[in-house]
Amino acid sequence: MKKIVLAAFGAALLLGAGAPARAEEPTEILNVSYDIARELYATINPKFIEHWKETSGKEIDIKQSHAGSSKQARAIMQGLKADLVTFNQVLDVQILADKGFVSENWQKDLPNNASPYYSLPAFLVRKDNPKDIKDWDDLVREDVKLVFPNPKTSGNARYTYLAAYAYALEKNGGDDEAAREFVGKLLKNVAVFDTGGRGSTTTFVEREIGDVLITFEAEVENIRTQYGKDDYQRVVPSVSLLAEFPVAVVEKVAKQRGSLDVSKAYLDYLYSKEGQEIIVSFNNRVHNEEVKAANADRFPDVRLVTVEDVFGSWAEAKETHFSDGGVLDQVFNAR
Amino acid sequence: MASGTLPSVAEHPQVTAFKRRQKVKRGALVLIALAFSALVMGVPVAAIFARAFQEGVAVYWTNIVEPDTLYAIWLTVLTALIVLPINIVYGVAVAWLITRYRFPGRRVLLTIIELPFSISPIVAGLCYLLIYGGTSVIGSWADEWNIQLMFNLTGIVLVSLFVTCPFVARELIPLMQVSGKDQEEAALTLGATGWQTFRHVTLPNIRWALLYGAILANARVMGEFGAVSVVSGNIRGETMTLPLQVQLLYDDYNATGAFAAATVLTLIAVITLVLRSLIEARHPHRH
Amino acid sequence: MTTVLSSGPVPSGPTRRGAARVLPGFGLTLGISLLFVALIILLPLSGLAWQMSQLGFSDYLRIISSERTLAAFRVTLSAAALATIFNACFGLLLAWVLVRYEFPGKRLLDALVDLPFALPTAVAGISLVALYDKSGWMGTLLDGMGLKVAYTWWGIALAMVFTSVPFGVRTVQPVMESLSHDIEEAARTLGARDWQVFRHIVFPQLWPSFITGASLAFARSLGEFGAVIFIAGNMPFETEIASLLIMIRLEEYDFPAASAIAGTVLAIALFVLILANLAQGRASRHLNGGA
Repeated sequence: MKKIVLAAFGAALLLGAGAPARAEEPTEILNVSYDIARELYATINPKFIEHWKETSGKEIDIKQSHAGSSKQARAIMQGLKADLVTFNQVLDVQILADKGFVSENWQKDLPNNASPYYSLPAFLVRKDNPKDIKDWDDLVREDVKLVFPNPKTSGNARYTYLAAYAYALEKNGGDDEAAREFVGKLLKNVAVFDTGGRGSTTTFVEREIGDVLITFEAEVENIRTQYGKDDYQRVVPSVSLLAEFPVAVVEKVAKQRGSLDVSKAYLDYLYSKEGQEIIVSFNNRVHNEEVKAANADRFPDVRLVTVEDVFGSWAEAKETHFSDGGVLDQVFNAR
Repeated sequence: MASGTLPSVAEHPQVTAFKRRQKVKRGALVLIALAFSALVMGVPVAAIFARAFQEGVAVYWTNIVEPDTLYAIWLTVLTALIVLPINIVYGVAVAWLITRYRFPGRRVLLTIIELPFSISPIVAGLCYLLIYGGTSVIGSWADEWNIQLMFNLTGIVLVSLFVTCPFVARELIPLMQVSGKDQEEAALTLGATGWQTFRHVTLPNIRWALLYGAILANARVMGEFGAVSVVSGNIRGETMTLPLQVQLLYDDYNATGAFAAATVLTLIAVITLVLRSLIEARHPHRH
Repeated sequence: MTTVLSSGPVPSGPTRRGAARVLPGFGLTLGISLLFVALIILLPLSGLAWQMSQLGFSDYLRIISSERTLAAFRVTLSAAALATIFNACFGLLLAWVLVRYEFPGKRLLDALVDLPFALPTAVAGISLVALYDKSGWMGTLLDGMGLKVAYTWWGIALAMVFTSVPFGVRTVQPVMESLSHDIEEAARTLGARDWQVFRHIVFPQLWPSFITGASLAFARSLGEFGAVIFIAGNMPFETEIASLLIMIRLEEYDFPAASAIAGTVLAIALFVLILANLAQGRASRHLNGGA
């Protein structure tokens, strides 16, 4: 009997050895973020670390975690110790708020619905735009092959889907049938559905599949910077959907770890002029008037509609379109 | 062997014709087998190295010594260092239990030991989240004690234990079954203690099988993707094991970096296979 | 559990429990084994069972019979079936060549067979994609013949073939090694052709291990994730496998659906393994009875 207890104790010790030791005051915080924000936060973090040293005199290190933002929200609910989140989906922050991880009024806690920057679904086409893509209508032509991630798993693709739907609704005077038909054709033209935004980029650029990659305008420009401005072109459609990038402090964790102040300071920094300049350099559109004016020539004019305008709310859009058996499933079925 | 034929018969013209036909058939079969194996297994490995070195050795090296990739290599090694000893202790214990005693539930235990092999790694990861995640009873209890079970090294170690625990046991059980317990009983009769018996009688008999199982388990620990990706939390430079780092780099516009990291894993795989066949050659123990 | 379980030296004479437990260490090994099995294997699996029990039967049925889930199962099962058939035949051939023939590179081939076990599935995945997509070595070749493998159902089957090659070989190989040549020789002497010898003498003896290998390969293919997701187009209804659907459901916070699908995959895998076990038992009884 003694041996059993001993063995149990030994094994428990071994298992426990992997558990982390908790520091009283955290020297690092974790920013849990969406898939394609890697380069952005990799640039912001060192600047903020400097800024925090100057303003508070304290050392801080920032860890990053990137994956699909829904997956990230789930991980936080399951115990991933995020001090703050920077997502690309309002819904994914909202579910954290519903579960008590984020303050109930998180959208009011910071300016612009707690979104320090925004973007919109736009198109990336190959050199000289061989298929002559100008607007959403060109994407449903039979000779055009598209690449964008699976709307079921990717927030990025959900924007694309909703933007196309909103465009078709508007064009057909609010006729839902016609809009469904339109997105049906659009989905039919998709060559590969990857699970995340980055997967689609690889498919389009490295594997050279498809004629148009649909992703955030910011990402479109980042890809051009990465792979050659001359080899790819940006096409911004006549109308698109406002894509907000909501941020919030995960108060439940931050309070527990004592990182509330630094986490809040981090988010505030994103709104500062310095922060906004970095953000704009990654081709996101920002609200800071000064920065906006200085970079006006980088961003073509586009008319943006919001999810709230067209679909009522994110929750409604989710229910109608993305739930099991919702419009997206029906459209897929009809393919 | 196949020498039931007498020398005088072997020189008969019909026999030589038969032998020639056999030779052609044999050659054809060997060729087909080699071609298929090259196609299914050889070419993919070649492709990894070709892609990794596509931009030259310097670029390859830069990608390998990138801090996050180096950290991923370290984390992968660390995980293996924790998982393997536990696996060996468990494997030996369970093999001893199964082969040396008869007790109720023995057959059930035998089935359970093999269970992890038939469970999809993703499902395994899901199970761990359900039981040890923050929303579970155990997870929230541990949280009160400030112990985090998932999304850190503990989580990675736990799922790695799950996916690799059958390796050592399944190598040892058949061997210990066959070798029987006469020697051990003899040693005990001569006055050896239990530990001495194990150390000097049992261990020498099973050490190669033990090593063999540990090598296979090691390869799997270092290469596990699905289960680890569910419980890792994807924190850069903290919970990214090498296979996850491969996917991350691949998604990061850095295909060359991904394939460079993949060559490290491929090398581990190749070393595993070499060690495996060395042991096999010296101590054949196929059952 | 009484004194018999103590790990000290046990008198060599017959003990109260009979000769079965003469050797020491029962308590220690039982303790370690049970603790490990409980914490690492059974407890997590009970989590899945618990989650599924929370789900009413009608809910379960609704999730499983939704078109998307059914399509995912169709894709997974059919690709796994093809991969299994291929690997069963290929495994037989490889095992035969490895056991019966001597040829240069035999050791290498023998080692290579285990490569899919040793190579991480994520690495296998990206390497297969690099090979078979439009610009890859194989991709260009097949493209010329009008065949597309990457991002199609064929790609899924290919990845499954890769990951389950060893099962087909390693289960048959040892049995083949232990076969006695006497009967074959006798058959040959009586004028049987090679094919007849194989069909009537060799194969019946291999049959149980052949079935085991095939069922293991099938179970592995069903659950494969890492290698497949890279090369599958991940298109719902067409190239979406069950494991991916589980992942997707997880990311949608839909734990019940994820566990329902996961439980079903697990049940199918276990069912196939048990079936194989039964078939094997019957086959070996038949063999032994005949011998």
